[in-house]
Amino acid sequence: MKWSLLQHLLVAGEVNLENRPKRKPIVPSGVFGMVIFIITEVMFFSGLVSAYLIIRAGLEEWPPWGQPRLPIESTAFNTLLLIISAFAVYQSRKFLKNNLITKASQFHLGAILLGFCFLVLQGYEWVQLLQFGMTLSSSVYGALFYLIIGAHGLHVFGALVLMTYGFIHFKREKSFETISSNLLPMQILWYFVVGIWPLLYTLVYLI
Amino acid sequence: MGQQAEAILHETEAHDAHHEMSFWDKYIFSVDHKIIGFQYMFTGLIMAAIGGYFAYAFRMQLAWPGEEVPFYGLVDAAKYNMLVTNHGTIMIFWVAMPVLIAAFGNWLIPLMIGCDDMVFPRLNRLSYQIFLVSALVLILSFFVTGGGFGGAWTSYPPLSAVAAYNLTNWGASLWLLAVFLEIVAFLLGGINFVTTTMNARAPGMGMMDIPIVVWMINIAVILFMASVGPLVAGAVMLFFDQRLGTSFFIPSGGGDPLLWEHLFWFFGHPEVYVVLLPTMGIVAEIITVFSRKKLFGYRTILYTAFGTGGLSFIVWAHHQFVAGIDPRMANVFVVTTILISIPIAEMLFSFIATLYGGSIEFSTPMLWALGFLVSFLIGGVTGIYLGASALDVYFHDSYFVIAHFHYTFFPITIIGMFAAITYWFPKMFGRMMDETLNKIHFWGTFIPFNGLFLPLFLVGMAGQHRRIADFTQYPDLASPDLQSIRIFATVSLVILLLFQFVFIYNFFNSMFKGKKAPLNPWKANTLEWTVSSPPPHGNFAELPTIYRGPYEYSVPGREEDYWPQHLAPNQ
Repeated sequence: MKWSLLQHLLVAGEVNLENRPKRKPIVPSGVFGMVIFIITEVMFFSGLVSAYLIIRAGLEEWPPWGQPRLPIESTAFNTLLLIISAFAVYQSRKFLKNNLITKASQFHLGAILLGFCFLVLQGYEWVQLLQFGMTLSSSVYGALFYLIIGAHGLHVFGALVLMTYGFIHFKREKSFETISSNLLPMQILWYFVVGIWPLLYTLVYLI
Repeated sequence: MGQQAEAILHETEAHDAHHEMSFWDKYIFSVDHKIIGFQYMFTGLIMAAIGGYFAYAFRMQLAWPGEEVPFYGLVDAAKYNMLVTNHGTIMIFWVAMPVLIAAFGNWLIPLMIGCDDMVFPRLNRLSYQIFLVSALVLILSFFVTGGGFGGAWTSYPPLSAVAAYNLTNWGASLWLLAVFLEIVAFLLGGINFVTTTMNARAPGMGMMDIPIVVWMINIAVILFMASVGPLVAGAVMLFFDQRLGTSFFIPSGGGDPLLWEHLFWFFGHPEVYVVLLPTMGIVAEIITVFSRKKLFGYRTILYTAFGTGGLSFIVWAHHQFVAGIDPRMANVFVVTTILISIPIAEMLFSFIATLYGGSIEFSTPMLWALGFLVSFLIGGVTGIYLGASALDVYFHDSYFVIAHFHYTFFPITIIGMFAAITYWFPKMFGRMMDETLNKIHFWGTFIPFNGLFLPLFLVGMAGQHRRIADFTQYPDLASPDLQSIRIFATVSLVILLLFQFVFIYNFFNSMFKGKKAPLNPWKANTLEWTVSSPPPHGNFAELPTIYRGPYEYSVPGREEDYWPQHLAPNQ
């Protein structure tokens, strides 16, 4: 019962009336809704990025005196993890197309684990930066770092929760078509979260 | 909670069974789009009453400074700031958006495109619940220590970012939290609206058969979705500044206060069109029905709406002409700002062309629609002066600006809302509104509205600045001539507010005791008039098929002067 309550509160699935003809839209509603959501997200991150660029352009010294440099190499490794996880999702979809449900579920799980590794490594990095005296209030440099990277981290976390929730589809559903269409929206979100990371990495860490 | 959720689950599973649902399932935790629309509408109307009450309190202070306001008390400078700030916030975020977009969007979209409910009904319910929490948070912010936020609805930092400046430590943060939650609620609702319109139309309904009002709500939603991201980013940053000691917008810490103005107005200006377009749609529906003519230039109106939407993203810096923007940059924004009046004017011309030669019936919805055209025209034309940067340097932050945007927002929000309510009331509640009382209410609102805001143009041109609680401190502005104009405006406001009681009485009286409404009282073509009033759960007994566009009025060679969308060509 507990599970169905959670599902009921969280999932906004379509309600299909039995006596009505089932619609076959060009783009499934879940995908359509997710794409609109991602447009908003793109604009949200552009807001953050433009704020970053404007504040940084207004300061003479970057990073400010006494603030640590950001760990470029370890984050490059972390970036790699995230990109591999996107490929794992891609592979999982390929296997689903060929009706190899077990293999697909393994790759899906692999993507989730890689995503969690990314979060853990980033958390470790944050702890170290905090020890070096870089906090939200130490400088606008630190504040922008935690804001942008934190916003992305929260998105990774949210997408992972969705992906983990989506994992149960492999256990419950029989037809690979249903699994594939149910998973697609959350996988699109995952692609977005992975896809935006190299941009943020370049902007915040490299330039 | 578990049992309750189970009951809801049961309800959605037995969607068709039409069994008796408890009050809670039917009206509070409903997933039915019509009930959610009502929830939005009534919450919006209650918030409108609060916003109107605030306006009454600060207008009384302006007319008779320093005197106790009946039913409110003394308005000091802090309270004055809190009242104007929250009046603006409420009227835009908690009245215009929920009523025009969420309420009528929810109510009309599924009925007008011929489907049984929204595509994501539970997301829809969640949207309203978050919206309700946001309204409660805003109301809570009035009662915390230090009082409600008083830094204007635009909330410019550093005033809004530092508690030592604004003196409303918690009020400012709760205000920001409420706005944030409200935006989240509309994101969920908006995703639903666009997906439903694109994916759930009745068979036969092509893109150009969608009623204009549905199109307009969708374009507004897309504008909202594409513009709100930077504001959310800015709101999070401002919240950090207030509570976590960052300094994104505080110059002493390396931040940039102008950055907020850009993030805010990048959303804030499209927002004007977010609320304008639904009302344009409502007016288009009403004008065609009551002039019994085909809508002039359906496609023109549609494309100009898209054009308005596109242009609205590149006009925002006209709010910063005096904030230190590069004059060469200002010139660009002058051009785009003046340019955006062209598609809007084109839409108004289309409406006037629809009226031309029609057999016009002056029913109350039509009066509201015509009232909208006339008063919005004044709002639009005065905007051209403000869009020119040379003039704006003088007019900026004066009462001329206030008069200008009230001549746009009042017609959009209040007149548009009354037009829609009086027009769709028979379908919503199955009863007719009392036409005499409705007309008394119309004239009792429309005349005082002009009496209230026309004088403000005059005091604005005389140099009266915004956000001043007591003009007796300023010898040039304290002259008896200006004061008598202020008193005239305030008296008009009080008359306007008193006439709203006529509407409240008429609304509830007609809801329970009104004359039973026929299926299609206005003889309109769109699909919502084919279902019984009020429409049942699931809307259509049988899914309609669409054969033509929504505006086939007075077709030559046909006996009746209207041709509903769902009738087969031989019927």
